[in-house]
Amino acid sequence: MQEVKVAVRNGKFTTSMQWGGNGEPLLFLHGAGGPMVGAPFLEELAQNFTVYAPAHPGFGLGTGIEHIDDVIDFALYYHDFLDELQIDSPHIVGHSLGGMLAAEIAALAPYRLNRLVLVCPAGLWLDDNPIPDFFTFNPQQMVEHVFHDPSGPMSQMFTEQLQSPEAQLEMYKCLASTGKFLWPIPDKGLKKRIHRLQLPTLLLWGESDKLIPPVYGEAFQRAIPGSRLVHFASSGHMIMLEEQESFVDAVSDFLLE
Amino acid sequence: MKSHWFHLMPYQDLPEDFKEKHPSVWVDVSSELFDPARGHQFYNEYLDELEFADSLGFDGICVNEHHANAYGLMPSPNIILAALARRTSKAALIVLGNSIALYNPPIRIAEEMAMLDCISGGRFVGGFPVGTSMDTNFAYGQTPLTLREKYREGHDLIIKAWTEPEPFAFNGKYNQLRYVNIWPRPIQKPHPPVWIPGGGSVETWDWVAAHDYMYAFLSYFGYEPATQVMKGYWEAVDRAGRDPNPYRAGYLQVIGVSETDAQAEKDYAEAVSYFYHRCLHVPDHWAAAPGYLTLKTIKSLKSPFSFEQLADLKWKDFVEQGYVIAGSPATVRDRLVEVLKEMNVGQLFTLLHFGNLSAASTRKNTELYAKEVLPFLREQLWNEWEDRWAPHPMKEEDRMPVVAL
Repeated sequence: MQEVKVAVRNGKFTTSMQWGGNGEPLLFLHGAGGPMVGAPFLEELAQNFTVYAPAHPGFGLGTGIEHIDDVIDFALYYHDFLDELQIDSPHIVGHSLGGMLAAEIAALAPYRLNRLVLVCPAGLWLDDNPIPDFFTFNPQQMVEHVFHDPSGPMSQMFTEQLQSPEAQLEMYKCLASTGKFLWPIPDKGLKKRIHRLQLPTLLLWGESDKLIPPVYGEAFQRAIPGSRLVHFASSGHMIMLEEQESFVDAVSDFLLE
Repeated sequence: MKSHWFHLMPYQDLPEDFKEKHPSVWVDVSSELFDPARGHQFYNEYLDELEFADSLGFDGICVNEHHANAYGLMPSPNIILAALARRTSKAALIVLGNSIALYNPPIRIAEEMAMLDCISGGRFVGGFPVGTSMDTNFAYGQTPLTLREKYREGHDLIIKAWTEPEPFAFNGKYNQLRYVNIWPRPIQKPHPPVWIPGGGSVETWDWVAAHDYMYAFLSYFGYEPATQVMKGYWEAVDRAGRDPNPYRAGYLQVIGVSETDAQAEKDYAEAVSYFYHRCLHVPDHWAAAPGYLTLKTIKSLKSPFSFEQLADLKWKDFVEQGYVIAGSPATVRDRLVEVLKEMNVGQLFTLLHFGNLSAASTRKNTELYAKEVLPFLREQLWNEWEDRWAPHPMKEEDRMPVVAL
């Protein structure tokens, strides 16, 4: 895979994208933490698919967040992105905030997509099981909520990375941009549009996800006609990192069915 | 030199172990701690104190807005000013201020401020803060990243609502109004003075200077951080090609005046401790929601701002580090003259009630300041400059007296 620059709407938006592989097109949409540059699961997916993994506007090298006011603007930006790059009938795999976004893109035009994988997506709200206010989390609280094993090597690596002022600033920027779509309650009306997701949809959920608890998986499954829900016993919110191999298999098997 | 009497209106019965037993004074502070009967007492006591300040010749009396906050019992400061408008006659009525982005639509602010200006005969000063992250993002649910843009649009709308004589349509990003046409209109023309309270955001300085407004740095940390902030502000004023008129700058200072320096500690140490250790018990996770501060401001901060840095400070530290200016009248005068000169500040917001200071001590503090400090500062400082940011009331003889029927 390689890093390429992309401009959308005549340069109103510019971004950087990891791109490469062979097979049907697969658009990966990252979560609130920002683009997962160099993550091995993307390389793995690129064995079977042509992967497009851009940074969202306002995250990493992505610019133009000031032109996006809400989640519908955000979804339409990605429709323009697909037009611009002439990507025909892609699969979309979206994680967390990216999962919410993937669902909104699909709700606007389900017929232009192939298949959909939502990895512990945001976008719904259950009064009896409120999603915690992660905007106020310190790194320690973040680790405890997103990882199955808060003292494991993955958690340690994450905590260490967040020691540097540059990484903290980048995280601040990502969360600031995320606030446009998830503040103060991560429900921006997907429930009114989710019935339009009439395309093959797979939901993946970590059993120890404390950020968006597994009960949300059931709510998504109920709301999306014919969707399938798969749980991962040793994952929290970061399945693609915590159980990379099973994650890649589950995604690939479903998309190649 | 102008001295304004500023009230935060704190709740005085936070328990001694408040910091250990409760998460915060703000946002998620338990309302179990609030006794409405005590609220009745505090509001009336505090109104008495503001009226007393007017009677002693303070240039202004001043209130502000907070939400879900146990040290600031004024979700609606305009209600307090309405009460004061009828019971005072000389002092400027200053609200610092109304958080524009919280009102939908913000012409509500233009209307209420016009009412206050009319009731008071033109003694009103309107402050427009962005508002703290606790008030705006957490308690009032505003999106941090767009708060400042929404604030500025609200400002533009309010100024236009005050000054445009005919109804107009406003098609903003955050406000759409087909007919903007406020009744009443303010007495002061083109509109009441606008003062901008700030916490030190870089963008605010340039914006204030461009609009020729008064900038008020409201922190509880005294003159040391204020000196840094004022340096940045005066650079912005200079960049905008404005004069260095000290009256375009204000800052807030906790002050305790007593007979002697030693007596000041006896009079005020306990209330200072209550203020800094209970009222300002704010954990870091509330201080700035992601997006509340711009990246530019964050990069300009030497170290991350934190209320938690107050934890170990005692009276001596508060005084030595300038959080509090306290002592005999001479001590307070000398210190104030020195720092006001250094910062080139012409509007002083005195915090003469703080924490759980009793009504009697507040009276003493206010009286000593009014007799021993205020006249001295007024005489010593800035008489070569005109205060272009003061309100312009109607002539005394044209104003309605408050009469009992």
